[in-house]
Amino acid sequence: MTTALALSPAAALDFVPGAPPPATLRADIWRGIAAENPVLVQMLGMCPTMAVTNVLANGIAMGVATTFVLVGSGLFVSLLRKYIAHEVRITSYILIIATFVTLADLLLAASFPEISKALGPFIPLIVANCLLLGRAEAFAAKVGPVRAVADGMGMGIGFTLSLAAMSAIRELLGRGSLLGFDILGPHWEPWVFMVLPAGGFFTLGLLLITAAWIDELRRRRRALEAK
Amino acid sequence: MTADKLIVTASPHIRSLDSTPRIMWHVVASLVPVVLSAAWFFGVSALLQIATAVAVALLTERSTGKGGAIADGSATITGLLLGLSLPAGFPLWMTALGAAFAIVFGKQVWGGLGQNVFNPALVGRAFLQAAFPVAITTWPSAGGGFFTLHGDLFAMPLTHPLPDAVTSATPLGLLKFEGKGTPLTDLVIGSTGGSLGETAALVILAGGIYLAWRGYLNWRIPVSVLVTVMALSATIHFVDATKPDALFMLFSGGLMLGAVYMATDMVTSPITNLGRWVFGAGIGILVVVIRVWGGLPEGVMYAILFMNALTPFINRATQPRVFGTRLVSAT
Repeated sequence: MTTALALSPAAALDFVPGAPPPATLRADIWRGIAAENPVLVQMLGMCPTMAVTNVLANGIAMGVATTFVLVGSGLFVSLLRKYIAHEVRITSYILIIATFVTLADLLLAASFPEISKALGPFIPLIVANCLLLGRAEAFAAKVGPVRAVADGMGMGIGFTLSLAAMSAIRELLGRGSLLGFDILGPHWEPWVFMVLPAGGFFTLGLLLITAAWIDELRRRRRALEAK
Repeated sequence: MTADKLIVTASPHIRSLDSTPRIMWHVVASLVPVVLSAAWFFGVSALLQIATAVAVALLTERSTGKGGAIADGSATITGLLLGLSLPAGFPLWMTALGAAFAIVFGKQVWGGLGQNVFNPALVGRAFLQAAFPVAITTWPSAGGGFFTLHGDLFAMPLTHPLPDAVTSATPLGLLKFEGKGTPLTDLVIGSTGGSLGETAALVILAGGIYLAWRGYLNWRIPVSVLVTVMALSATIHFVDATKPDALFMLFSGGLMLGAVYMATDMVTSPITNLGRWVFGAGIGILVVVIRVWGGLPEGVMYAILFMNALTPFINRATQPRVFGTRLVSAT
């Protein structure tokens, strides 16, 4: 069977080594949010995760911009997957990703100049986020455009949720506010530590512990049910 | 017959009485005079401060460590040293937070006693310094009646402390920001503003000498730190007389407490004698550099934490050659 596939030129085009198993669209989306969450499980994109999560607005903006690039680049990598020569695929993926990063950067600067200023170089730096190249190489290049877009959505939502959780914790403790609105009242003593870079590392560590703990609890429950 | 009476055991055949709890509790005992002198200068506030730090450190150790872990005394030392490194009027809820942080992130996440890279008490203090920079640099003046409460000790948890009426800068702060000196006798006795354990240089030194005599503290580290600080600051003072002189550097700030009790932590300092000299000299150089040229008035905490991080490398670089082996020359 495999020899037949390799011999027929038409079939060879369709045969992709290591392609993900067929799945429903829902599974494609959910994978990025939970089981393969980019930040909490795959630990990709640590640079923006640390750098821009000091206030909630920045975290959400970063997540949305990354989602936009993930969906756009996933779609185009998937559409062009049969025309990109294997030897230059990384360069081509980067070119596609960079196009969408530039779009996101200009859109953000035009619509939310304040946030664009606060995020500074980190929006252009999305191009260097391993998550994007990782999804292009491992997923989008091996499946059809619909699944690639679903995966990009899922990964983007998972990334945005993780960043939002981190930046909400850091803004609440570090400034006593959320999205700039004073939540904890005038008597709150802000933990300056939390908006400093060190606070980012500690918050991420605590989130990772929590995620691993929930995972462990679920595994134990499943083991109990199996008995 | 005789074979029955012959007991065969593996070495070691002679054991010393020293054990981790024994050493730790000796360190605790040697800190008691330091606590008393803090109480002499800052009254009941000092005792509340230290008691809170120790109690929370023990509670945290108990809830996160293995059974019986609080009996080894290490959490008590962490609490004592953290308490001694704080100003008298520091709100107690912040002290409690710092003590819990010191035990959890300074020790337990690494795997418990003996596994930590950084001195737990200093990790707690570094957290408090970064989290509450204003409160931790509000130094109440020494003196007042014994029962005078300094600062806003009982600020509601998570709220701002009220500003203290009577504050005074530390000698190092006075020198750095206002260019004023402090009489040496005040420094030696400890009747200056500052953290609880910064002020009693002689009492700390006495405790250190006792521990070094018992062999529970390696004398090379404090000697190396203090000699480096003196030599370097004397040189700098000689070149530029506006910089502080050697004795001022020696007796001001947390240098004594740091050199004697924090740098000598057995877990986080090198295990070779040459390494200990290097470690102490590194702390001394960093302290002088931070105090003389840095933006902060005091740098003992960061100097020790930094050298803690270098300890594994110092150990590796100063590894003694095994007896009977020789270096193979690279040809």
